[in-house]
Amino acid sequence: MLKYLVRRLSATLLVITLVSMSVFIIFAYLPMDPARLTCGKACTPPIIEANRHRLGLDVPVQIQYGRFVKGLFVGREYGEGAAKFECPAPAFGYSFNKHECVATLIASAFPVTFSLAIGAFILWLLLGVSLGVLAAKRQGKWQDKASTVFVLVGISLPTFISGILILLLALKFNLINPIEMGRWVSPFTNPLGWAWNFIFPWITLALAFAATYTRFTRSNVIETSSEDYIRTARAKGLSEKVILRKHTLRAALAPIVTIAGLDFAGLLGGAIITENIFNLPGLGRLSIRAVLIDYDLPVILTTTLLAATFVVVMNLIVDILYAYIDPRVRVA
Amino acid sequence: MADVAVVDSEVADATVVQRTPRQIAWMRFRRNKVGVISACVALFFIFGAYLAPIITRILGLSNTKTYPETLNGFAMPVGGAGGMSLSHPLGVEPGAGRDLLALLLYGSRISFSVAIITSVASIGLGMLIGITTGYFRGKVDAIVGRFSDFLLSFPSTFMIIALALPLTQRVEALHIAQDNGARIVVLVVFFVFFGWPGFARLVRSQAFSMRERDFVMAAQALGASSWRIITKELLPNLWPTAIVFLSISLPGYLAAEAVFSFLGVGVQAPASTFGLVLSDAVTYWRDDPAYLIIPSAYLIIIVLSLNLLGDAIRDALDPKNSPS
Repeated sequence: MLKYLVRRLSATLLVITLVSMSVFIIFAYLPMDPARLTCGKACTPPIIEANRHRLGLDVPVQIQYGRFVKGLFVGREYGEGAAKFECPAPAFGYSFNKHECVATLIASAFPVTFSLAIGAFILWLLLGVSLGVLAAKRQGKWQDKASTVFVLVGISLPTFISGILILLLALKFNLINPIEMGRWVSPFTNPLGWAWNFIFPWITLALAFAATYTRFTRSNVIETSSEDYIRTARAKGLSEKVILRKHTLRAALAPIVTIAGLDFAGLLGGAIITENIFNLPGLGRLSIRAVLIDYDLPVILTTTLLAATFVVVMNLIVDILYAYIDPRVRVA
Repeated sequence: MADVAVVDSEVADATVVQRTPRQIAWMRFRRNKVGVISACVALFFIFGAYLAPIITRILGLSNTKTYPETLNGFAMPVGGAGGMSLSHPLGVEPGAGRDLLALLLYGSRISFSVAIITSVASIGLGMLIGITTGYFRGKVDAIVGRFSDFLLSFPSTFMIIALALPLTQRVEALHIAQDNGARIVVLVVFFVFFGWPGFARLVRSQAFSMRERDFVMAAQALGASSWRIITKELLPNLWPTAIVFLSISLPGYLAAEAVFSFLGVGVQAPASTFGLVLSDAVTYWRDDPAYLIIPSAYLIIIVLSLNLLGDAIRDALDPKNSPS
């Protein structure tokens, strides 16, 4: 087990390094000059060059990458003398346009995205798995047909349309205050306000994801129910409830853990569409605004790297979890 | 692939009708009412998209012309349901006053083009790479496998959003295409670049198991070249997989194109894709809800019919694997 962990962990680190390197290189060779983007209309060649030097963009890309990695661990200083400013570790970079360290921006955006992702995740798992189990147990009955309709609607309704419709309905019935919308409420000071803030975005995301889970759970439960060991359990005289909970679901849900983990990780990087529609100041909106408003490279680079890291790390977590949930999987 | 009992050929003509797998699938598909109806609906919209110039000319409409007489003093459509009338069947756009039907027809042309080109290209590329790696295995397989794993761990949505703008400028600078043409080129290239690994994996695993089957071994024993085995033995057996995958990915890319133009990184005005019309409609929703509902319904019907069609095709090609 330990050997497996070490091997997987080092493979994960390698992938993160490779992905971050390639993202870094791609961004370094973009046709736009990041130093030119720091000053907008006030740009004169001397200012551009000065900013280029202050941001450390005047050295070869491999040195830039080295400094970037170092900054992640020990923090980073920009410029010299009176114009010196520093970002403490983890220093992802400095956003000249917003006059802030990227880590500060991320730190304020991440709780929003995390709240959005975790709530939607719980909601869609509950909805998707229970509907899927129901449909499998009542195969061919009206419950099954209703879930088929739900799956089709969920799959065919693009998030940006369902999001808009949910938002507009909520506004129409005065369920949300358009002025208060998107204001961050901490779950520790005002849990109800926090939940209310996120309920409609949660529903939007859950609708989009639950459909796939319903379909997947249904087919998995049906497949598992025909296995010999389920018949054995039934022959032993176990109640249907116990069989479902202890035998069928355990096997049927194992593959769902994999997809659920990856979907969740994907959302942690920023639910771009939902955040945009509901005006939530999370990572997704941070990056799309950085692209559309001023092409704020350090921010874009960081959000992209974070999104990749979440997926790769979650991949590892899911694989380890899998071994615990599914007794048939033994790590070697 | 002879799956009907071999009968003496002269008798066979009279009594036993031999059916190819394709005919069997087609028969199964024809019996599926939902499938046939959704195929008709999907074809209706596809023809509508590609015949947009002809249809609009017959109806006497244009996607660029404005119709100020249909708007009131507040630039809102006159009459109920977004200004629906005989001359403007789906109403008009508030603000500028263009005809909504013409906008949607031309908009869906862009969406369908992106979706079809992307699906076909990523399936073609995935097929090529999947077959070669699955059949030849070895070093190439290991390298390509690692590379596609690597691609799959990339945050593709973020990369598209972040790189669409600079890459569009690059495409324009290289004089490959201009404006929306350039944006479409970038979008398609991106979708294909991140889209092929999924299908390649599927094909690879199938080619992997197929190369051990008797009919491939028989071909090898006869001295057939690898090229001949791939094109004559493997490829025909992989068509069903490709068709099913096509029917799944088509609505996905259609919606993806809409999303990116909605977010502002895809096709831009004066074109009129679903994403653009809808992001415009959000600003008018209180005064002109029809302008929001009609394009949404238009897009949803297209995606729904394509999804239902995909399910029907899957059922027809592989009856064992029927979804919920």
